[in-house]
Amino acid sequence: MLRFFGGQLVKLIVLMLAVSMVSFLLVSLSPIDPVQMNVGQVAYLNMSEAKRAQLTEYWGANTPVWERYLHWASGALRGDFGTSLRFNAPVSQVIATRFANSAALMGTAWLFSGVFGLLMGIVAAVRRGGWLDRVIKAYSFLLASTPTFWLALLFLIIFSVWLGLFPLGFSVPVGVAPADVTWAQSLHHLMLPALTLSVVGVANIALHTREKTIDVLESDYVRFARTRGESTAAIIWRHGLRNLALPALTLQFASISEIFGGSVLVEQVFSYPGLGQAAVTAGLGGDVALLVGIALVSAALVFAGNLTANLLYHIVDPRMRPVTATAQNKSMGRRTGVSDA
Amino acid sequence: MLNLSHIRQGDGSSVLPNSESDVFASGRLGKTDEPSPCLDEPSPCLMLHAPRGREGGFGAENRRRTLLTFIAAAILLVAVVVLGRLLAAGEPSIATTTDFTAKNLSPGFSHPFGTDWMGRDMLARTLAGLSTSVLVGLLAAGASALLALIFGTVAALGGRRADAAITWLIDLMLGIPHIVLLILIAFALGKGFWGVAIGVAVTHWPNLARVIRAELLQCRESVFVAQARKLGAGRLAIVCDHLFPHVFPQFLVGLVLLFPHAILHEAAITFLGFGLPPEQPAIGIILSESMSYLSAGSWWLALFPGIVLIVTVLLFDRAGSNLRRLIDPHRSQD
Repeated sequence: MLRFFGGQLVKLIVLMLAVSMVSFLLVSLSPIDPVQMNVGQVAYLNMSEAKRAQLTEYWGANTPVWERYLHWASGALRGDFGTSLRFNAPVSQVIATRFANSAALMGTAWLFSGVFGLLMGIVAAVRRGGWLDRVIKAYSFLLASTPTFWLALLFLIIFSVWLGLFPLGFSVPVGVAPADVTWAQSLHHLMLPALTLSVVGVANIALHTREKTIDVLESDYVRFARTRGESTAAIIWRHGLRNLALPALTLQFASISEIFGGSVLVEQVFSYPGLGQAAVTAGLGGDVALLVGIALVSAALVFAGNLTANLLYHIVDPRMRPVTATAQNKSMGRRTGVSDA
Repeated sequence: MLNLSHIRQGDGSSVLPNSESDVFASGRLGKTDEPSPCLDEPSPCLMLHAPRGREGGFGAENRRRTLLTFIAAAILLVAVVVLGRLLAAGEPSIATTTDFTAKNLSPGFSHPFGTDWMGRDMLARTLAGLSTSVLVGLLAAGASALLALIFGTVAALGGRRADAAITWLIDLMLGIPHIVLLILIAFALGKGFWGVAIGVAVTHWPNLARVIRAELLQCRESVFVAQARKLGAGRLAIVCDHLFPHVFPQFLVGLVLLFPHAILHEAAITFLGFGLPPEQPAIGIILSESMSYLSAGSWWLALFPGIVLIVTVLLFDRAGSNLRRLIDPHRSQD
């Protein structure tokens, strides 16, 4: 158990180190001049030589890459991830506020797509070959090849422009002080982006759950249950769900990377001030510190997702638990689900 | 330790988790080391099931129909690209001709897709943009598949260290969200055509590389390779005569199924402003420009280019899965 978490910790540290180095190197390789990029063409041309030099200094365009990386890394070890030059605030602070916004968005989408995907997959499999199955399958196939940002645009046209149900963007109403924003207003702004992300996320999990459910329904133990007279609902509930939950959970936790990617696009369309939008702003503006920070946070998020799924394996499926002395005792075994694998 | 990331996309690269047989094959044949939740199931002999019957319109086609679907999809795609190139050719080309007497027209008889704020015909622009996107996608997917072949081969046949290094690299690449990595690489290369093409190429190989590695590892242990070794065949001869012919179908199918990913990611990254420059007609550009006109009610600027993109992606995916059915011996009965 301890060894398992120690191993994971080492893995995480190596990952963070690699991600920070790679992203630092990549951003520094860019031929795009951060000064020119951020002050604009006209301002740059009208600028005095001294001013330009000062700005070059500010963006650190003169210092070599490794020097900047070492400087950054020594700060990062002490919890200082540098200053976001674009937002003029500490990176950790920018990421924290942005992350809160994104977490609400991604969390809702993750939950909804997981639950509805699972339900749709099961329904499609139970009604296999029927019209409901066809509709769900066609929907999933179509959605799997739909660009997320286009769907966001479409929803924006339909729900915001035509029906006027939702605001056109941002996370709070325009012209209202941050302190005065009510909970309901935030929710109202969150709904459309979250809906977009969920609708896209459903496809993958629905299709996989459908396959899995069909496998389960064709198994011998389900046939036996049928001969005993159990109804389909009872069979799914008693025999299906545990077998279905495992691949679904795996898939859903592994899809965090994709949901994050989707949120980048969706936030851009809805001008939603989350992590994804910050990533785009940082990337377009050459804000190295912020971009590296976001890359680290997203990698850590994906890592956490995979780790959680691994741990859940042991809880959901008793067969995944290694046989140990404690596992011999059934009631004990269930509680000490997580162990060294 | 169960490694999760293997499972993320069935056996490789299809955007669409494929019908029945996909899950079936990848679990049973051990192409991926996916932990099968049904541990007590007897393994490989179950492959000998009778062909599943007609079901839902998908798995039912016979080989000739599969071939025809593949050819039709391929021809349609080539036609779109050629047409788009023709529309984008010349100075000024049909796709970029402005006509300020006919700006902001909603779809109608003379302009089926409407016109934009500069009076450009959206049908011509969409087709030109689509051909750009398809070409970038082809280039990137081709390069990416080649990378996958090289990395997969080196990992499988290059010894323990090479294997460990490449596996670690694959895990690293899959550990960062795709879009973030694409943003980083496109930015590093100064955006533009090469930025997005190289970005897409170097981020899409891990899944296919994994499939090829597993396939090669499995094949290397097979009886016929052992036989060849005993008969005195050299390493190179075994690789050329036995291993490559074995992974080639996988490679080809993986290549075709990479296109949809590549096109979607190209469009996304261009949409965000890291890809193709604004003066080039591309679906991503068209859609990101349309954002400024949506609140004015110009819905057609976003709707049609998106639909055309989806149809293209579906066509590629259909072509890929049909090709797989044709050349993959495990699926030939589907």
